[in-house]
Amino acid sequence: MRLLKALTGFTLGFGLLASTALAGDLVINSDQSDPAPKKAMEELIAGFEKANPDIKVKWNNFDHEGYKAAIRNFLTADPPDVAAWYAGNRMAPYVKAGLFADVTDVWKANGLDDSLKSAAASMTMDGKKWGVPYTYYQWGVYYNKDVYKKAGITAEPKTWDEFIANCEKIKAAGADCLTTGTKALWPGAGIFDYLDMRTNGYEFHMDLTAGKVPWTDPKVKAVFDQWAKVVPYMTANAAAIDWQDAAALLSQGKAANYVMGNFAVDTFKKGGLTNDTLGFMLFPEITKGLPRAEEAPTDTFHMTAGAKHKDEAKKFLAYVASADAQTAMNKTLGQLPVNNKAQVGDDPFIQAGFKELSSAYALAQFFDRDAPADMAKAGMEGFQHFMSNPADLPAILDSLEKTRQKVYK
Amino acid sequence: MAATPQAGFWKRNQRSLAPWLFLAPGLLVFMIYVIIPIFQSIWISFYDWDGLGPKTWAGLDNYRNLLDDDSFYMSLKNNLIWLVLYMLAVPAGLGVALFLNQTVAGIRLYKSLFFFPFVISQVVVGLIFSWFYAPGFGLLPHIFKILTGHEIAVLAEAKYATYGIIAAGLWPQIAYCMILYLTGLNNINPEQVEAARMDNAKGIYMLWHIIIPQLRPATFIAVVVTVIGALRSFDLISIMTVGGPFGSSRVLSYFMYEQALSEYGTAMGYGAAIAVVLFAIMLVFITLFIVRMLSQERTA
Repeated sequence: MRLLKALTGFTLGFGLLASTALAGDLVINSDQSDPAPKKAMEELIAGFEKANPDIKVKWNNFDHEGYKAAIRNFLTADPPDVAAWYAGNRMAPYVKAGLFADVTDVWKANGLDDSLKSAAASMTMDGKKWGVPYTYYQWGVYYNKDVYKKAGITAEPKTWDEFIANCEKIKAAGADCLTTGTKALWPGAGIFDYLDMRTNGYEFHMDLTAGKVPWTDPKVKAVFDQWAKVVPYMTANAAAIDWQDAAALLSQGKAANYVMGNFAVDTFKKGGLTNDTLGFMLFPEITKGLPRAEEAPTDTFHMTAGAKHKDEAKKFLAYVASADAQTAMNKTLGQLPVNNKAQVGDDPFIQAGFKELSSAYALAQFFDRDAPADMAKAGMEGFQHFMSNPADLPAILDSLEKTRQKVYK
Repeated sequence: MAATPQAGFWKRNQRSLAPWLFLAPGLLVFMIYVIIPIFQSIWISFYDWDGLGPKTWAGLDNYRNLLDDDSFYMSLKNNLIWLVLYMLAVPAGLGVALFLNQTVAGIRLYKSLFFFPFVISQVVVGLIFSWFYAPGFGLLPHIFKILTGHEIAVLAEAKYATYGIIAAGLWPQIAYCMILYLTGLNNINPEQVEAARMDNAKGIYMLWHIIIPQLRPATFIAVVVTVIGALRSFDLISIMTVGGPFGSSRVLSYFMYEQALSEYGTAMGYGAAIAVVLFAIMLVFITLFIVRMLSQERTA
């Protein structure tokens, strides 16, 4: 009997929950599980509710990694009104499956084609806009100035050859020249993206990630030849450690350089580096005279096709796109606003990133957002394999080419 | 249900219908959650489907691709390694059980300590072992460094990763087999042991001819549990290596998850094909066990 009561209580409670969600709230699903993003999102929602007193937001916050699997389920089974996701090819499956809604009218009505210009291309598919970008961050080379000093290096390397030459000095000083932790695979892709964009340029890199170029192409091989130069100076056993473990190596002075995104600055600083000892530089030049492309993954909000509150959702997207909202949100996030009328924070690394990205020729999203999921996974495994055993390169490239033919048919 | 027009029908067939009625809820749930999904998986394995868009018929393409996929063979090979090495848990569990089957002060405490790894979650086991193996601060690389002069990071080496995970998996599995054998040893017929002693049986001879035959039911359960444990190994791999480095520690179940359900995998049809292959392998073992159990029941 008690069980029956508990059961009815449970179902009743469930029904109540469901009905409150139906009462006219805007439902947002997102993955701001880390402290800073969570705070930024809370502020964003508070600001939106203040600007629109008649709308109440119901926010479901997911764990960052779990979200990537959960989104497939909730978009088909029980879509929220707004969902957080990523720009570029990463949103393609949901656009093609008709799960994200066309929001071109939001862009038109709010003049976003102008204010969000830098990210417009990565939000466009079939000539329509499928979401609104709210933040991005730069990638580059973070380095430990103390290690550079110890190794007797005075100037930042401008070219790849200088970088490699420095590696010899850093090795003599007892540190790894370049570190990474590829247990979760993606950190290795940052190195590949940069090597490819510096060796072959942005267009080739985009063609490669779009599956238009075979992986056995000599130009791809050339990228790995450049990579092979630095492998002997990289952290051994990188495959077994997480990116945070490698960040600790940089902070402790056991490694000199780290190709990373700006989100890692927080981790570097917690490990003991300061604005004075942590350095940031552009990835060095390889092929002379190539226009400089950079890596800048963009985070986005999308209205779902199954949204029950379309008008409210559009209001929310317009609010997220506004200069004021992006200024406030990115101040808390410690990242760059996409809206070019928004203000950039005064943190030196954010300022450096703004300088880097605003003068760049083109922006890539990141290997696992530019390439389709299956290709990205195989590619990143290949990069991990290459770093632990460069001699296997021909087999790796053959296997990647096989995957390419399967993925893009 | 009893409200049939002829009250007589229920009365006449009550005895034969009652068991089915009692079984019905269980059967229904078993149908919905086990039997039907098996056929659905087989069905999906003939399609090319990303889990969201429309399905397109692919016939045997998924299976053909599977035969041409190096990762598949790697996973299959690792599954075999798991099966063979995981079996070590059975003799090891027997050894520990024999060792603990004595009456000394505090033996209950030792028994529970030996059983401890089975009680803690597999995720915790995985974490403990990955720290044990971790380059830089783990215990094992330190020991290697003292002995050989250079560190070996077990989980970063494609050659060793699978063995490292199996070692972690054996820890709780041995504890499980031990408990099975300990209860088995409690049920040994003391008169037989006494009689064997009078005939001067000792040591290995006693163990092999008197004790182990009496432990057969325990051995059977231990083998079944270990085989199934080896085939469904997933959590340790997901915690310790995420299938890596570069996919060298995947097994079929993890490969399936990666292809169909993970962050980078949307190939539902392909994943289903892997699941079908895994199911076929399991079916071989399950059939063997069932045949054996039935024949035992008949002779008993």
